[in-house]
Amino acid sequence: MSDNIMERMWALAPAFVEGVPQGRALGIKFVAVDRGRATFSLPYNPAVIGDPATRVIHGGAITTLLDQVSGLAVVSATVTEENIKNMAGVATLDLSIDYMRPAKPGETVIATAHCYKTTHHIAFVRAIAHDGDEDDPIAMSQATFMISQTSAKPKKAGS
Amino acid sequence: MTRPDIKQILSRIPYASFIGVEHVIIEDELTMILRYKESNIGNPFLPALHGGVIGGFMEMTAIAGLMYSGRYTKIPKPIGLNIGYLRPGKPVDSFAKASIVRQGSRVANVRVETWQDDIDKPIATLMGNYLTANSET
Repeated sequence: MSDNIMERMWALAPAFVEGVPQGRALGIKFVAVDRGRATFSLPYNPAVIGDPATRVIHGGAITTLLDQVSGLAVVSATVTEENIKNMAGVATLDLSIDYMRPAKPGETVIATAHCYKTTHHIAFVRAIAHDGDEDDPIAMSQATFMISQTSAKPKKAGS
Repeated sequence: MTRPDIKQILSRIPYASFIGVEHVIIEDELTMILRYKESNIGNPFLPALHGGVIGGFMEMTAIAGLMYSGRYTKIPKPIGLNIGYLRPGKPVDSFAKASIVRQGSRVANVRVETWQDDIDKPIATLMGNYLTANSET
């Protein structure tokens, strides 16, 4: 049952980025989704350079990538047969980001998120952004999300 | 103190025009403006601005605020920051102000608040530490 849900999530997940105007504008691509986990990529985009001297992309583009991939991890952690057709957005409450090093100009940034805990209303997520080597991260984030009514776990399990 | 030309600084940063950042200076005080753009939407159903764009706007505001102090020639780099989301960002113009909490020799701590039609109802806040050393990266 759960595998079937993840197959459907896999089919819906690209729209989670491409259906979002800012996701499209940045050029974020869906890579993978699993229960409570998600991966996106952000190909190098000169339009979002933050420092013309180094051609490094602006931290804001990384912030958006981490927020978006964390959001999908929350949805995939809370999705059920009942709410999959009516996936409302999740809302970020708090996002902390540590920047370990600048993204390399010209390189695609990969971001992976893990939603490791959900309560009735809140989801907790960690994410990492790197450019090929997870042991050499660009940035790491810790976030909390509000789970909206429609995507929250039903109080009583169906049956 | 000589104030740097914020317009010139913004024009050199592609990300600023990508999300639509402008600025206004009233009585020597810098306020940043995020013009509403359809491409800044993160939730098309509400609709609401993308939390990442609001974050990026506040990061831009923190950097502009530090540059406006006139102490730096290089763009400060973020070390660690915390963004709090208080209200959904409506599809209208947003405004933000940075206050520098502490300026050390290498690290500056900056606080940013963003609002839309009511300055007393902020939609998001940012607290960040920035590496400001001019000599090396």
